Amino acid sequence: MTELTNLTVAGIRDGFRNGDFTAREVAEGFIGQVEGARALNAFIIETPDHAIAAAEAADRGRAVGEFGALSGVPMGIKDLFCTEGYQTTAASHILEGFVPTYESTVTAKLFGAGAGMLGKLNMDQFAMGSSNETSAFGNVISPWRRNNGDGAALAPGGSSGGSSAAIAARLCPAATGTDTGGSIRQPAAFTGISGIKPTYGRCSRWGIVAFASSLDQAGPMARDVRDCAILLEVMTGFDPRDSTSLDLPVPNWQAALSGDLKGKRIGIPKEYRVDGMPPEIEALWQQGIAWMKDAGAEIVDVSLPHTKYALPAYYIIAPAEASSNLARYDGVRYGQRELPDGAGLQDMYAATRAAGFGDEVKRRIMIGTYVLSAGYYDAYYTQAQKVRALIARDFEQAWTKCDMLLTPTAPSAAFGLGEKQADPIAMYLNDVFTVPASLAGLPAMSVPAGLDSQGLPLGLQIIGKPLDEQGVLDAGLAIEERAGFTARAGKWW
Amino acid sequence: MSNYRIQGATGEWEVVIGLEVHAQITSNAKLFSGASTRFGNEPNANVSLVDAAMPGMLPVLNRECVRQAVRTGMAIDAQINKWSRFDRKNYFYADLPQGYQISQLYHPIVGEGSLLIDADEKAGIPEPKTIGVERIHIEQDAGKLMHDQHPTRSYVDLNRCGVALMEIVSRPDMSSPAEAGAYIRKLRSILRYVGSCDGNMEEGSMRADVNVSVRRAGEELGTRTETKNVNSVRFVMQAIEYEAGRQVDVLEAGGKIVQETRLFDPDKAVTRSMRSKEDAHDYRYFPDPDLLPLELEDSFLVDCRASLPELPDAKRARYRDALGISAYAADVITADVETARWFETLLAAGAEAKAGANWLTSELFGALNRLGRTISDCPVSPVQAAQLLALVADGTLSGSLAKQVFEIMLESGEDPAKIVDERGMKQTSDTGAIEAVIAGILAANADKVEQYKGGKEALFGFFVGQTMKAMAGKANPKVVNDLLKKALEA
Repeated sequence: MTELTNLTVAGIRDGFRNGDFTAREVAEGFIGQVEGARALNAFIIETPDHAIAAAEAADRGRAVGEFGALSGVPMGIKDLFCTEGYQTTAASHILEGFVPTYESTVTAKLFGAGAGMLGKLNMDQFAMGSSNETSAFGNVISPWRRNNGDGAALAPGGSSGGSSAAIAARLCPAATGTDTGGSIRQPAAFTGISGIKPTYGRCSRWGIVAFASSLDQAGPMARDVRDCAILLEVMTGFDPRDSTSLDLPVPNWQAALSGDLKGKRIGIPKEYRVDGMPPEIEALWQQGIAWMKDAGAEIVDVSLPHTKYALPAYYIIAPAEASSNLARYDGVRYGQRELPDGAGLQDMYAATRAAGFGDEVKRRIMIGTYVLSAGYYDAYYTQAQKVRALIARDFEQAWTKCDMLLTPTAPSAAFGLGEKQADPIAMYLNDVFTVPASLAGLPAMSVPAGLDSQGLPLGLQIIGKPLDEQGVLDAGLAIEERAGFTARAGKWW
Repeated sequence: MSNYRIQGATGEWEVVIGLEVHAQITSNAKLFSGASTRFGNEPNANVSLVDAAMPGMLPVLNRECVRQAVRTGMAIDAQINKWSRFDRKNYFYADLPQGYQISQLYHPIVGEGSLLIDADEKAGIPEPKTIGVERIHIEQDAGKLMHDQHPTRSYVDLNRCGVALMEIVSRPDMSSPAEAGAYIRKLRSILRYVGSCDGNMEEGSMRADVNVSVRRAGEELGTRTETKNVNSVRFVMQAIEYEAGRQVDVLEAGGKIVQETRLFDPDKAVTRSMRSKEDAHDYRYFPDPDLLPLELEDSFLVDCRASLPELPDAKRARYRDALGISAYAADVITADVETARWFETLLAAGAEAKAGANWLTSELFGALNRLGRTISDCPVSPVQAAQLLALVADGTLSGSLAKQVFEIMLESGEDPAKIVDERGMKQTSDTGAIEAVIAGILAANADKVEQYKGGKEALFGFFVGQTMKAMAGKANPKVVNDLLKKALEA
C-alpha cells in the first residue's frame, strides 16, 4: 500500500474517483504509516476510527456516484482545532483530557467534504514556538537529517511542526495548520512542503483554540501548490459565528491555477536582506528571482521601511492578546485543575496555571500582562499598534509598484532540537520574514525551492495583496514547476 | 440647587453624588451569544458554549442590544457615536469564565446626554433639575457564585453571564439623596417607556454604583468613594445618607477620605470598605480582537429614532395642555409606562379624559393598593373601565352605584353592563315610579311634612334619604331632588 501513501491529495481524489482504489485502502495505508512513525512523535492522538469511518462513507458514496471535494482523502488535524468527540489539547497539559462537544468550522468543512482524520497533530504549546519544543507531549522530530551523518534530531519548525513532519514523512497527504506569525510557512520551509496562510478572515477561527485573535489564521499544508489550492477552497468561507470572518465568496482557485506570471510584477523588498543570513539563502532567493522572470514576471525593487520593527511589535501584540485569551484556562470548568489542600479560588488558579502551562506559554502570558498593564500600555501596546499600522502601510505602498513579494521564508534551514531552546530571542528571530505578512493580514505561502549544502530543505515565500490568494498560488506554482523539488527525507524511523 | 446640607460639628457640608446605573437590556438572547436571558430558569440552563468560554468560542454581537442602547441614548438626547468599539476588561473570578468582561472603555456607543428630574418641594427639590449623563456603554454581565449549596464548595451559575447591560454614567450633578432617588426613578421611567430595560430592581435588572463625596460650600470636589451594586431606590438614598455622614465625621475628626470601593449592607443601612485604590485591580483594558469596531449606519439610526415612543415628559405636558388633565393626575399617570398605556387604552375605548384620569387616580389606584396589585395585573381591563365610566356618564349609574359595580367587577372580572343588568343596579329616572314612592313617604310622615313646611328645611335630606332607601339606591338623585321639591311645595 505504500504507493498510495505517496500520492498527493489530487492524486488520491482522482484515483479514488476513477475506481483505481478504495478510500478504505487509502486510509489503511496512511494509518499504517502513522503507526510506523511514532518515533517522530508527530501525533498527540491517532484517530484511525475517524479515518476509516470517513473512508467507508466515501466508498459508499462512490457506489451511488456521490463525491465530496475531498472524498477518500485522509488528513492530519493540528491539535489546535476543536474536534467533536476527540481530545483537543493545543499541546498543553492544561487541556489534557479535554474532549470538545463541538467541531471547529474548518474541520467541519473538511469532514463535510469527505475528508477523514488520521489523528491530532503535535504542535508548539498553544501555537507558541518555532521548533515544536514547547509541546507538553514532547517535541516532534523532523524526518529530515543533515547529510553529514551526524544523526542530529532536527526541528520540524513550528508551531505546526506535527503537520509539517507528518506530511514530509508521508504519514498524511495533507494537514491543517494555523499561522499567527509564520506557524504554517516556517515549518513548511523546514520540511520541504507547501503551506499557505490565506488573507486574515478567509478561514473561520470558530473552534480553533485562540492564541492571538487578530493574527490567527488557519490554512492548509500539503505536498504541492495544487493540493493547497484544493484544500483552501474547502477550508475558507464566511462564518457568521466569527465576527472577523470575511463575507465573500470563495474563488475557484484550483481551476484558475497557472504558473504563467506574464504581466505580473514581483517585488523584492530590500529590507529582507538581513545581517547574518546564510549565503545559501541569499543564493536561493536570487534563484527564485530568476525563476519568476522565467515565468514571465517583471522584477521590481521595493522598500518596506518598517520591517525591522515588525518582530518587536509582533512580540508585544501577540502576547498581549494571548495573555487575555488564555485567561479562560483556570481550572474551573474544564481541563486540568490543581486543588491543593485548603486552597481558595486564587490558590487554585495559581496552582492550575503553574502546573498546566509550559514555560514558553507562561513567558508570553507574563510579557502580555506586562505590556497591557497600567503605565506601560501606551509605551508598548499602543506603540506596537502604531507600528502595525505602519507595516500595513508599507505593504500598501509596495502594491502600487508590484503585485506580489518574493522573500525567503526563514533565515535558516531547520536547526537542531535544543539548539535555540535556551535563547528565546534567537528563536523569535526565526519569524523575521513571516511576521510582517501576519501583522498586515496578507495571504502568504511557502513553497520548497531547494536544499542547502547539508541536504536540508529551504523555502521561498510569496506574499500577496489582500484576497489575492490566486496570485500567491500562481507564483508558488511557478516556483514549484521550476524548482523541481523532489527530495524527501530518508526513512530512519 | 438643593438645599440639602449635612450639619457637622464644624459647620455645613455639601454632598456631591454621581451614579453609575447598570441596566439589563431587554433582549431574548445574550449580548454575544444565542443563550436565553430568561430570569428564574434553573442554574446554568441559559449557558452556551460562548458563555462558558469553551476553547475556540467567539463572541457575535446581538444587534437588538445595540438597538436598545441607541434608543436609550436618543431618549435622553444623547450624542450617538456612530463608531464605537469593544474592549476587554481583564480579571480572574469564577463568575467570569472568559477571564475578561467585554465592555466599552475607550469608545462608548452613547456620549453626552441629560435627563430632567422633577421639582418635589417636600423632598427638598424646589425646581426641576437637569442631571447630566456622561455616557452609556454596553457590556456583559457576570455570572453568580452560590456559597450556600455545599459546606466547603462554591457553585457557579452562569445564567446571567453574558447578559447585556447598559452602564449609564451620570455626571456628579446630584446633591441630595432625594435628587439621586428622583434621578433613578426618572431614568427607570424612561427605560421602561423605551422598552430597553424592564427596570426590575428586585430581579437585579437595574442596580447602581453610588459615588459620593462631601465638601464645604464652594470648595473643590472632595475625594469620593464608590458603593457598589445597590439595588433599590431606597437603598441608594440610604447609602448616600450614611456615606456622606461618615465622610463628614472622618473629615471633622481630622482624617482623610480614602478613595475606595465600598459595599452597602441593607440590613444595617451602612456602607463598608471592600477594597482600597491601592489593591484595586489593573484591568489591562485593550480592544477586543475578536470583534470589529461597531459602525452604525444612518438608516439604522433613523429606524431607532422612529421607533421611540412618546416619552414621559412630553406625554405629561400633552395630558395637561391638550387633554386638560390636572397636573397631579398627569404626573401620576405618566410616571410609569404601564399606567400611561392603560390610561390611553381607556381613552381609546371612549372614556372622557378628565373623568377617566380622576377615576384612575382615585378609584383604580385605591383598589389596586387595597388588593396589593399593580396596573399590569389589574383584574379590570381598561375597556371594561371605559364601559363603567360610560354608564356613569349617561346616567345609568350614580356615583355610589358605580362604586358598587366596580367592586363587583374587581371580584368577578365581569363587564359592568352585565352586572347592572343581572343585579338590577340600574339607576332609575322614571318619574312616575319615583313620584309614587315620594307620595307614600310624604303620607307616612305627615308630621315631618308639616315641620318642613313650618320652616325646618333641614328635613329635606331626611326625605331624600327615605326615598333613596325605598328605591334601594337606584333612583337618580337629581330627579329625586326635583320631584321632592315639587311635592313638598305643592
